[in-house]
Amino acid sequence: MDNFISSFIRISNNLVSLNGAPFFRGSAGEEFEGFIKQVYKSLGITYSTFYKMDNLSKLGFIAAEILLNTEKKIGFAPEKTGIFFQNSSSSLDTDFTYFNTIKDKENYFPSPAVFVYTLPNIVIGEICIRNKIKGENSFFIAETFDPEFMEAYVEELFAHELIEYALCGWVELFEGNYEAFLYFVRSGKKLSENSSVKAKLHSTETLKKIFTE
Amino acid sequence: MKKVFVSSVNALSVLGFSPQETDKSLVRNVSGIKLHEKPEISPLPFYAATINAEKLQAAFKEYANPGAYSKLEQMLITSAKLAEKDTSIPFSSADTIFILSTTKGNIDQLAARKGIKLAELASVVAQFFKNKNTPIVISNACISGVAALLVGKRLIVSGKYKNAVVLGGDIVSAFTLSGFQSFKALSPGPCKPFDEKREGLSLGEGAATLVLSEKESGVVVAGGGVSNDANHISGPSRTGDGLFKAVSVAIRDAKINKESIGYVSAHGTATLYNDEMECKALNQAGLSNVPLNSLKGFVGHTLGAAGLMESVMGIYAMEKSRIYPSCGYEKSGVSLPLNVIKESLYGSFDCFLKTASGFGGCNAALIFQKNG
Repeated sequence: MDNFISSFIRISNNLVSLNGAPFFRGSAGEEFEGFIKQVYKSLGITYSTFYKMDNLSKLGFIAAEILLNTEKKIGFAPEKTGIFFQNSSSSLDTDFTYFNTIKDKENYFPSPAVFVYTLPNIVIGEICIRNKIKGENSFFIAETFDPEFMEAYVEELFAHELIEYALCGWVELFEGNYEAFLYFVRSGKKLSENSSVKAKLHSTETLKKIFTE
Repeated sequence: MKKVFVSSVNALSVLGFSPQETDKSLVRNVSGIKLHEKPEISPLPFYAATINAEKLQAAFKEYANPGAYSKLEQMLITSAKLAEKDTSIPFSSADTIFILSTTKGNIDQLAARKGIKLAELASVVAQFFKNKNTPIVISNACISGVAALLVGKRLIVSGKYKNAVVLGGDIVSAFTLSGFQSFKALSPGPCKPFDEKREGLSLGEGAATLVLSEKESGVVVAGGGVSNDANHISGPSRTGDGLFKAVSVAIRDAKINKESIGYVSAHGTATLYNDEMECKALNQAGLSNVPLNSLKGFVGHTLGAAGLMESVMGIYAMEKSRIYPSCGYEKSGVSLPLNVIKESLYGSFDCFLKTASGFGGCNAALIFQKNG
């Protein structure tokens, strides 16, 4: 049975766009940290953990927050939802932050609060905690977003009924450059219960198209 | 459903560069974790299981000039080369995909910014074997190795590839040592998984390879599961529900009864919370009587290699009808019963469970089975 993409989000160049339409525009020339804080505040939520996160987690968290807000209106089962992310720089951005705390023997202050973010999958953990998502989760590293692999891998999990929903995409951040592209996939079976939802076929072609939209 | 087999394996650690060599220490309950004084990577002396650089270079020289490769690259390539010797699966074929599991890659090269991107590291390895497919990299904390095997299995089941060279590795570095130290997670002596006196983990370095294929052989990758606790990013769940879920999914995926599991290769990091969480999950799964060990008391926690190395030695033990002792274990230090093995156990079993859990709240379980 076919599966469908019910929504997608992009965050790059101080712009958040949801399903291809502008959702939030940051001030011109704003650095990532200021920009993502602006987006957070615009959402009107209180989640103090956000301020403890590293930049990669903040990026993925905000993208997921906006996307899942729209998906919650249709409804989904968090325990049957998987998360599959990809990026190029792993957690290197925070690896360097952490490295700077230990490279000088005279000024050595390793921090557990920083160290914990030196793994790329922590962003998945943050999104799982926030949304009670308990399904399969994987973080893949690739030079560029690989829609062919992502589509095939996630389809395989749907085919074996290991998941009914999937939050997928690209969450990349390194030294000030960032790009998030997330999309939500629903099994065709679940979608037919909600015929009012406008959705796109989950295919490599769709992913290639909406990745650049 | 199409079956996926383990065609050949290798484990490379402080205890040896092959499962045969590693087995000799494991059956005798001899740990490779030693006290090191290396001010260049740690201001304080530390216990860890490291691979001797000269020994590694001597082995690697057979294949290429060690000077042109990092320590981790030498470990990964040597491990894959040794696995290649024992199989007819062509590593260079378009039908073969390389899948790399690592948490930190060439983390010792951070200052020099050399080969620090994980995809580059994977390409170095795949290109060494003249494989032209873009390798897949999985970096999912301490479940990376188990998860990578599941990825390999699925890619073969889906028909995308016929074979997968699943390999993983991590090194002991100033980065990881200081990090786990800052968490107060490092044991002041060799780690003691599940023991009442356990005080934390010991780091290890290692690489391991499993060659998976649709071509029939003696061991099947029967099924697996991955879950998330959705509870805490650095602390394991207090209930074990997440790991229990992964184990349940794996048993269902493998289409076996839990009664047929003859051995559990636990994650067993020897931190207070991890071992307690595992004990709760395994009791929930009704596996508390099954002989269990953690190999981390032998080779330390090898991070991205751990799930692979423990799978390799589990397969070797299944083929040789033995279960290794859980090194460092004397008296139970968890709240519910577990059958932790103190001395080598001899006897045949047809099926075993490998589990792993990691930062980010992730859990993974995989079931290996004898073919037929």
